Amino acid sequence: MSCIKIHQSKVDDREAAKALCPFGAIAENAAGELEIGAGCRMCRLCIRKGGGAFEFVDDSAPGVDKSAWRGVAVVAEVAPDGALHPVGLELLGKARELAAKIDHPVQAVVIGAKTGDAVEKLLACGADEVYVYEDPAFENFRIEPYANALEDFINVVRPSSVLVGGTVNGRSLAPRVAARFRTGLTADCTVLDMSASTDLDQIRPAYGGNIMAHINTPRHRPQFATVRYKIFSAPPKGEPHGRVVRRTLAPDRLLSKIEIIARTPKSSEKGIEEADVLVVCGRGVKRPEDIAMLKELAGLLGGEVASTRAVVEAGWLDAKRQIGLSGRTVKPKLIITCGVSGAIQFVAGMSGSETIVAINSDPKASIFKVAHIGLVGDLYAIVPELIARVKAKKEAK
Amino acid sequence: MKILVCIKQVPGTTQVEIDETTGTLKRDGVPAKMNPFDLYALETALRIREAAGSDAEVTALTMGPPQCERIMREAFMMGVDRGVILSDRAFGGADVLMTSFTLAQGVKKTGPYDLIVCGKQTTDGDTAQVGAEMAEWLGIPHVVNVKSVDAVASESISVTVDLPDCTLAERIPYPCLMTVEKGIFEPRLPSYRLMKATADREIVWLGLKDLDDADPKHYGLNGSPTQVKRIFPPEAHVEHVLIEGDDSAKAVQLADLLDDRKFLQ
Repeated sequence: MSCIKIHQSKVDDREAAKALCPFGAIAENAAGELEIGAGCRMCRLCIRKGGGAFEFVDDSAPGVDKSAWRGVAVVAEVAPDGALHPVGLELLGKARELAAKIDHPVQAVVIGAKTGDAVEKLLACGADEVYVYEDPAFENFRIEPYANALEDFINVVRPSSVLVGGTVNGRSLAPRVAARFRTGLTADCTVLDMSASTDLDQIRPAYGGNIMAHINTPRHRPQFATVRYKIFSAPPKGEPHGRVVRRTLAPDRLLSKIEIIARTPKSSEKGIEEADVLVVCGRGVKRPEDIAMLKELAGLLGGEVASTRAVVEAGWLDAKRQIGLSGRTVKPKLIITCGVSGAIQFVAGMSGSETIVAINSDPKASIFKVAHIGLVGDLYAIVPELIARVKAKKEAK
Repeated sequence: MKILVCIKQVPGTTQVEIDETTGTLKRDGVPAKMNPFDLYALETALRIREAAGSDAEVTALTMGPPQCERIMREAFMMGVDRGVILSDRAFGGADVLMTSFTLAQGVKKTGPYDLIVCGKQTTDGDTAQVGAEMAEWLGIPHVVNVKSVDAVASESISVTVDLPDCTLAERIPYPCLMTVEKGIFEPRLPSYRLMKATADREIVWLGLKDLDDADPKHYGLNGSPTQVKRIFPPEAHVEHVLIEGDDSAKAVQLADLLDDRKFLQ
């Protein structure tokens, strides 16, 4: 059994030794000896920093025969209408990279009511094998049939690693099946690498991103990892070379106790708080009709137009689009401010944005103090050119 | 109706930093607290109890060191009827699989329950995976991202699940597990009256020996398939660049930058 053993004789300073544990799990017992309590998270900081007083004793049972598990598998999610979620292709690109390092094949698995389009895309992006589970029972995601399909795939293929998109459904399916195989799952990985032993090196943030953890699954297979959308890049399309394997489940394996009563599509217009991308109209925009240009840019980036207080007060945009202390607080992945000076009341409502781009003709504008990327120039020259370039790039994809 | 709600004690702040010289975690002495997402699970469980009628009961379950009794007392102050704490040295170092297994053992020991409610995720581990794994250990269906409870019937519960492009109205028969979104209900504040009334309420403490599976190899670090190789601070990147060139060149560079960062998909 693996554990941390404390060599009491090597403990010079009890208080210092206790302070080593960030979780307060090192305490003195009745006999006056140091002991590790239930708060231990096995971060092993005490081992690294304890000057030999703490030792990791590993006599755990040997793990599975890793050579019996081959391949890096990707679970590709499709919508009820058959549309492939783009995270599937991003994972496929990463899977090819990982598999190449250990000379393993790349498998994709598609579960859905309509899978044709997704299968074609996965083949074009370099999947060696695509396993298809197509049945009307898979139209809406319900956990039991989906988990049964993925279980069947793993039993048939025995992949070494299974990558699942960190979507709502992926984050429901991956843990369910990982538990079924009594194996490890690392959620929301931001970096993946493959070691020669076929152990997947998984790096993920914890504590709200304040700490990064490097995680392995050294004795179990398959190794499950989920990765969110837009972490990796989709591979370029090429000549397909893979084969398609169609699988069917026994009728009782398609049953679910969950009954879908109604599916209600959401309106595509999002509030500015929910938008991933915002294009902000400031006082540098001269006429209300010029907002159309910003709307076009926002549309191309899948975002919404927002504004400063002055623009709302002029009646050019609705008050619900106002950012700032007297408006909404936003935290999009990307915010492009156009002709915004950056008053402190405005900045307070958007400074948490992941990427802040500022376009303003005044190099002294305070918005440049918070911007990650600054463009000093005329928005009437920059924005139309930007729209043209973005359009061209999107069309090329 | 028997309702179980899973709660967890988490560090009082996520603003932990790694001391670059010693490699240890720096904490600023903020005490541990109830995982904020669990307040929504508690409120949901209590509302369902109210909707289900007089014989309904809410049990809270947690796993952790003895100090986590504090959050159980807090759950009592919100109106939870019964508390179960899983605490044992052998449970330490548990990853998602082992946490969910240990919780499921606690459920088997103190249940059965008709409905298990979990918060969306914790603020320390951030995995949002324990609920689904628990449902698998228990062999019951689960739904995640529940944004509203629409009807509580004697044999089933109707909920709305929030997906990025749609909402799904679903009906799930008991027993089942659901994880609820932040904001499903406004969590009630702990009540002084309940604090007084529940001060002496007994908590069920379960250690390794109390569980059906009492093999220490099946718990904590020993049973955990994943291992943390190391922890390290994230790369600090405070980006601050000015794009140079004439206006047209600036636009071109910005478009390239947006493309690199996957905003053009």
